[in-house]
Amino acid sequence: MRNKSIAEIQINGRKKYNNLGEIKKVVTSQKEARTSTTNSQLPMSSPETTASDDPLSFRSPNGEVEDSPLSDSTSFHPLQTLTPTAINDALQTPFGIGTTNGVVDLDDPLLAAQTSIPKLSLPYSFIDPPSYEDVVFSPTQIDCNDRHSSSSLFHQIVVSDPQKEDGMSYFTYLIKSKVATDGNEIMVRRRFRDVVLLADRLSEAYRGYFVPSRPDKSVVDSQVMQTHDFVEQRRVAIEKYLKRLAEHPVIGKSDEFKLFMETRSSFSLAVSNELEGVGRLPVLEQHLFGEDSGMGSSEESGQSARGGRDLMKLFRELKQSVVNDWGRVKPAVVEDDNELLVWKEKVQEFEQPLSNASQQAESLVKTQQDVAETMGDLGMMFMKLSRFETENTMHDTQKIRAAYVKGLGTSAVKASRFYRELNGQSMKHLDTLHEYLGLILSIHTALSDRSSALLTVQTLISDLSSLHAKAGKLESGSSGIFSPDKARVRKIEEMKETIRMTEDAKNVAYSDYERIKENNRHEFKRFDKERRRDFSGMLKAFVINQVGYAEKIASVWEKAVEDTSVYSKNE
Amino acid sequence: MATIVAQNSPQVQSPRSPQSQNMLFLTVSVMDPDKRGTGVQAYMSYPVITKTNLPDYKGPEITVERRYSDFVWLRDRLFEKYKGIFIPPVPEKSAVEKFRFSAEFIDMRRQGLNVYINRIASHPELRQSEDLKTFLQEDGETMERLRFQETGIFNRKPSDLIQIFKDVQSKVSDVVLGKEKPVEETTPEYEKLKRYIYELEDHLAEAQKQAYRMVKRHKELGQSLLDFGKAIKLLGACEGESLGKAFSELGTKSESLSHKFEDEARNLLMNFEEPLKDYVHDVQSIKATMVERANAFKLKCELSETTKLKEINLEKLMLVRSDKVGEAEIEYRKLNTESEEATRRFELIVKLMDEEMVRFQEEKTTDLGLAFHEFAKGQAKLGKDIATAWRSLLPKIEACSVSSH
Repeated sequence: MRNKSIAEIQINGRKKYNNLGEIKKVVTSQKEARTSTTNSQLPMSSPETTASDDPLSFRSPNGEVEDSPLSDSTSFHPLQTLTPTAINDALQTPFGIGTTNGVVDLDDPLLAAQTSIPKLSLPYSFIDPPSYEDVVFSPTQIDCNDRHSSSSLFHQIVVSDPQKEDGMSYFTYLIKSKVATDGNEIMVRRRFRDVVLLADRLSEAYRGYFVPSRPDKSVVDSQVMQTHDFVEQRRVAIEKYLKRLAEHPVIGKSDEFKLFMETRSSFSLAVSNELEGVGRLPVLEQHLFGEDSGMGSSEESGQSARGGRDLMKLFRELKQSVVNDWGRVKPAVVEDDNELLVWKEKVQEFEQPLSNASQQAESLVKTQQDVAETMGDLGMMFMKLSRFETENTMHDTQKIRAAYVKGLGTSAVKASRFYRELNGQSMKHLDTLHEYLGLILSIHTALSDRSSALLTVQTLISDLSSLHAKAGKLESGSSGIFSPDKARVRKIEEMKETIRMTEDAKNVAYSDYERIKENNRHEFKRFDKERRRDFSGMLKAFVINQVGYAEKIASVWEKAVEDTSVYSKNE
Repeated sequence: MATIVAQNSPQVQSPRSPQSQNMLFLTVSVMDPDKRGTGVQAYMSYPVITKTNLPDYKGPEITVERRYSDFVWLRDRLFEKYKGIFIPPVPEKSAVEKFRFSAEFIDMRRQGLNVYINRIASHPELRQSEDLKTFLQEDGETMERLRFQETGIFNRKPSDLIQIFKDVQSKVSDVVLGKEKPVEETTPEYEKLKRYIYELEDHLAEAQKQAYRMVKRHKELGQSLLDFGKAIKLLGACEGESLGKAFSELGTKSESLSHKFEDEARNLLMNFEEPLKDYVHDVQSIKATMVERANAFKLKCELSETTKLKEINLEKLMLVRSDKVGEAEIEYRKLNTESEEATRRFELIVKLMDEEMVRFQEEKTTDLGLAFHEFAKGQAKLGKDIATAWRSLLPKIEACSVSSH
């Protein structure tokens, strides 16, 4: 589930637009981005004024105060740690430590560039609105490569030059980028399997984060995989993916990503050499079963949900072997993760209309395209008619007619061209919807990371209770039926050892869970802010685009109106 | 002066009748119809109002009720009587049954009939026809009788225009392809004209198809904007105050623009596609006239041939002093007269056609000019409306961007 990719969201025909230029991206703000296990009181930035009104806002829903930090695990109830106020405070703070400015400057030329109207100063006068001449259109200006997401380590990522290795059946791709720190250009070669490996490692290591979904694995046969179209599609998808990774404030700076982008040698080799063991998830198993229990290949261990389930199975079995027939002890009261439930629901509520809007946007773009084509055909046809009349002139009046028919044909062709341009731009802007739809999957994954971590903790707690209860019974039952002999003492010792191990496991699981929760919170906060900015940018750009081109098209037709005004009914 | 054909046109000037200056006029209007009859027999009855000061009309203003088949009757009569003249085409019969009574279709038909009857009324020759007078004045019963007469005599359905055109098409192709005996006009000018008319029809048919497609595209875009607007509004419901508002405004605006596209689609249909369709029908009418011309030519040639033969035979008889001379001479004279008549008729057709071509080209330049003007106007207005509508949205979207950060 973790490594699902965008294409699994069924957007028909979306792939065919992939080649038409890059889509608007999220620009992270000018902040350092590090993960924080924040319990510290960070300075309050300017409050998010509209956040409270926002039904979709992902601020924590809870509301009380509590003080106790992490303490002795046995008496401490791990799920009542961070107080809602503390949570609120954390959310108030900007994403990341040590920065104060949470406001994005609207006059930021960077932001303006995103909306494709770079010279439009805001707000412009509405008494005398600018015509398209004032609003300088440079529609081809928007290109991800030009933008400097200043928090990315890698800029201007380009994937190109697919080549087939000699004697091999797979393609490799050239990945070029510019390092932010020193401006040097790096080039590495990677194959798709490397991309998958990267994605797997990231999904293990960054649970709770909205990890961008990797491109599809192919379900076609090897014949198709050799075709130019397929390779080109894949190249584009990889490029998009890497760009998204680079822009993620945390993942873009990860060791895994850096390794992928910089290491000249084989990526898979580098991964096994330089990165930590086989993923971090099986840390619990390691505690229980020792280091060599590693779950085989990274691909297996990467499946957190599956891992979660495996663990559950493991612990059930463990419990069986420890708890006797006297019955299971009910687990200690664990609080449900309200925040998680609320967020899950909100995401679902958001996904539906987003998917619908994305589809309708696609349909609109297609329809606009049809208009452009038909207009063009009409224009060409009139020009043909005009030529025909000119070549077969038998009366003077035909010449007159030929003239204005040609004029109209020319106008139609011009208009058609503008429609096409308009549509190209619309497509770019509305692509934001598709992008966010793709993000939903990452969000679901991040939330399920959290719920499986929670489940692990809950299970361990309940098991701990049973173990304690059992241990207690063993010890108290020492006087009486069983004579104090070596076997029983040993059994008690074993039990205590098991309890200690389970205790450790629980602590690890708990800190895992807390970490994931924090990651969730940061990501949701980022999501809120970026979504609002991206959507409002999208709306603005879309509208400005429509205005500009409608004016251009209208003026094209004005001329034709004049040319034929002599035939107007009113005369 | 080019004649201006308009819906409720005032004076009509004729280049051929110098006496009918601004003093005499004939104006016809076809008004909104009423439904008559029930079930399968049901039909639309159009009031036709004639305003005239011509002496041969019953009064200054005459109103009659006419149905579609009456208009077709008139066309058939004129076609029979006025060979060489391009008879204005009657609006098509609708193929789809259930469409027959829809408001849109009825309006289009009314407009088409109005244009048709006015073209006849403003044609210098046709307007003088008795059949037109009959059509504009006689009561319903008389018309019905005449209609059935027509059917009886010529043994065909009165409104089977499609079939008529098909016959004309095949006849003309036969002639052009030389399937019939090579008794055919082959003057280079006429050849050129024939070729022109044929190719013109193809071009125009294509033009009409494109125009229709344009109408469809406008409808589709209208629908798409509507759906898009709705979807955007729904998405906006998830968002908070100002951003949500921006979404909602955009969605609403998109929905309202969809109506403009619907309107433009209708405008295009009536004022751009219809005239192009008329143009095609006009060309087909010319082709029908060409068939008549070809027939007249054939007749003239045959009679001319036969007459010559008769003349040779007569001379032979005269040489041998046969007693059949008298009879032969009478036959010869009769044939000669017929031959001259046929030649005269043919030459009249040629002359008329030449004049008609001039008229046709002029008329079409005007008609098409108007249609193109309407098209350009519609598109310009649409563009302006769209720009204005979207622009009015910008301040609201600005407001939302500023406050949400």
